[in-house]
Amino acid sequence: MKQNKRKQRRVIPGFGLSLGVTITILSLIVIIPLCSLVIFTAQLSPAEFLKTVTSARVLASYKVSFTTALTASLINAVMGLIIAWVLVRYDFPGKRIMDGMIEIPFALPTAVAGISLTHMTVDSGWVGQLFGRFGIEIAYTRIGITVALVFIGIPFVVRSVQPVLEKVDPQYEEAASMLGAEKSYTFFRVILPEILPSLIAGFTMAFARCLGEYGSVVFIAGNMPFETEITPLLIMSQLQEYDYASATSIALVMLAAAFLILFVNAVLQSRSSKIVSGIE
Amino acid sequence: MEKKYYVEMRGVNKSFGSFQASKDIHFGIEKGKLIGLLGPSGSGKTTILRMLAGLETEDSGDILIDGNIVNHIPASKRGIGFVFQNYALFRYLTVYENIAFGLRVQKWPKAKIKARAEEMLQLVGLEETAKRYPNQLSGGQRQRIAFARALAPEPQLLLLDEPFAAVDAKVRQELRSWLREMITRVGVTSIFVTHDQDEAIEVADEIIVTNQGRIEQIGSPKEIYRNPQTPFVAQFIGQSAEVDNFRQFTGFTNAESNAERAIVRPEYITVAKQGEFLKYSLDAEEGVVEQTAFRGNEIELKIRLKGNLLTARRLLDDAPVEVGEHVRVFISRVYAFDEQKAYVIENAALNTQESLVI
Ligand SMILES: Nc1ncnc2c1ncn2[C@@H]1O[C@H](COP(=O)(O)OP(=O)(O)OP(=O)(O)O)[C@@H](O)[C@H]1O
Ligand SMILES: [Mg+2]
Repeated sequence: MKQNKRKQRRVIPGFGLSLGVTITILSLIVIIPLCSLVIFTAQLSPAEFLKTVTSARVLASYKVSFTTALTASLINAVMGLIIAWVLVRYDFPGKRIMDGMIEIPFALPTAVAGISLTHMTVDSGWVGQLFGRFGIEIAYTRIGITVALVFIGIPFVVRSVQPVLEKVDPQYEEAASMLGAEKSYTFFRVILPEILPSLIAGFTMAFARCLGEYGSVVFIAGNMPFETEITPLLIMSQLQEYDYASATSIALVMLAAAFLILFVNAVLQSRSSKIVSGIE
Repeated sequence: MEKKYYVEMRGVNKSFGSFQASKDIHFGIEKGKLIGLLGPSGSGKTTILRMLAGLETEDSGDILIDGNIVNHIPASKRGIGFVFQNYALFRYLTVYENIAFGLRVQKWPKAKIKARAEEMLQLVGLEETAKRYPNQLSGGQRQRIAFARALAPEPQLLLLDEPFAAVDAKVRQELRSWLREMITRVGVTSIFVTHDQDEAIEVADEIIVTNQGRIEQIGSPKEIYRNPQTPFVAQFIGQSAEVDNFRQFTGFTNAESNAERAIVRPEYITVAKQGEFLKYSLDAEEGVVEQTAFRGNEIELKIRLKGNLLTARRLLDDAPVEVGEHVRVFISRVYAFDEQKAYVIENAALNTQESLVI
């Protein structure tokens, strides 16, 4: 039967064209630069590559970057969720302004953020003075890096959770309370699962972003090798020494890490969307 | 002796802003009854149900359950089962976990939770769906699971907001009788909201008719149907045509009533072709058929009679009637109404003929 073999027509036209455009743009702005990264790295032999990316200073920088980014993103997940909750669930004067302020970290040049945060948290700054009394130093420590990363990452979480939270049907809460559930039980059992995919998405985006953040961190970090030197900074200094191969090698590792994070996110997202859409 | 009510509302009022959604709501429901809350859209049915549930706070008046005032008891402590119009099943919990939700909240022992959840699944006949998520169910199945979830914690009162609204006509028909049977079997006092009169009449033991935030009439389906007490109920129930002056019809000329206007329902109209046998032939009048419509088991006719357009029915097997045909029409009963009340008025011919027989 010939007719059965005929290609199924798509309902929405323009698939070929739009896919073509998508692939072109994607390769121009993402894939080609990434390939050049790989090609540059290929100048090194595998052994050299391995040595570069596992030297003591580089390993220490991974650790600094990873721990600060993770801590900051975890803080952001909690804070961002609370902010989104407040913005969605309550009405109060100044709500609009607060809502608009969330985007400032996106809009502000990161260097500006870094300088002002540093200024505030050095020993003579007002925040620095306050914490200094308890013997906590912020500027030029990992705490400082984390503070900068919290600032950078917060909009990711708020902006991914907020629209989802807005759409959570208030009837879920009513249904839970008709079944006798207290508010907190309802939140953890019913509301949180609804917004968890978006929370994870926000968290991973913030995390990936924080791993690569440079501008706001360099000022506040102090950049002590082995102590407060983040990986992007290390890449930068390699570049300044014209050691392109090392720089791109380390960058490749960062790239792999970013891919891994986003991949884990994608897996988690598809799991939850399966539940919601009912496809097994 | 005063009846003992299980659920009662006494003079309850509720406003949303300046809009009064419930006006002096007063009713009582006996234990074990299935009550239909019937009224047009926006008449305040859902508001009444939500106030009973504690999801909405009344402005004034008292709500009593089992003789106790529950005004200040929060929804989660009232022990009422509620089936939402769109079911509100928890999407991220399996069917089993949805049903077990209320039991876990009440900290039932594990073994009892399992037994009860399985019992409920069995009751609604969906054991095989236990591990599925709500979005993997059909509309009708979701409805049953919502029902099972509400019933699992053994509530003494079950409230259902338009339980059949979200399923298609055929499934709705099935679910109706299913629900009736389930509720009878479980024996839980239930109130369900509907704006479909057939549904209310078929399913409910008693119907509360609401209109514009007020209760118009409370009674058994038969009472509501046969003895509408207010103009609204007379118009709302059944398939009715309104006439401005019913005294123009033969047999109603001397009716004792101040009312002028009346409702005429198809079931009280007999239509005969010329020459066909008609029992009260002397009191029949002539009308013109304006429209005929096939309604499956019967033919619906629109007949012009002295300027009024009436709806009547003939059986499928009766001799066919055509548009423009002159037919003889006998009206046996009308529901006359004035501003406040509705009155049943029968054709005088029925009485005289009866007295002749005697
Ligand atoms: N939260 C609210 N805020 C403002 N007005 C409301 C609110 N809830 C209900 N109303 C109004 O109260 C009136 C009664 O609403 P209700 O939902 O009780 O009607 P209903 O009889 O259930 O109608 P339907 O059959 O359409 O569901 C409506 O006019 C509605 O607009
Ligand atoms: Mg309603």
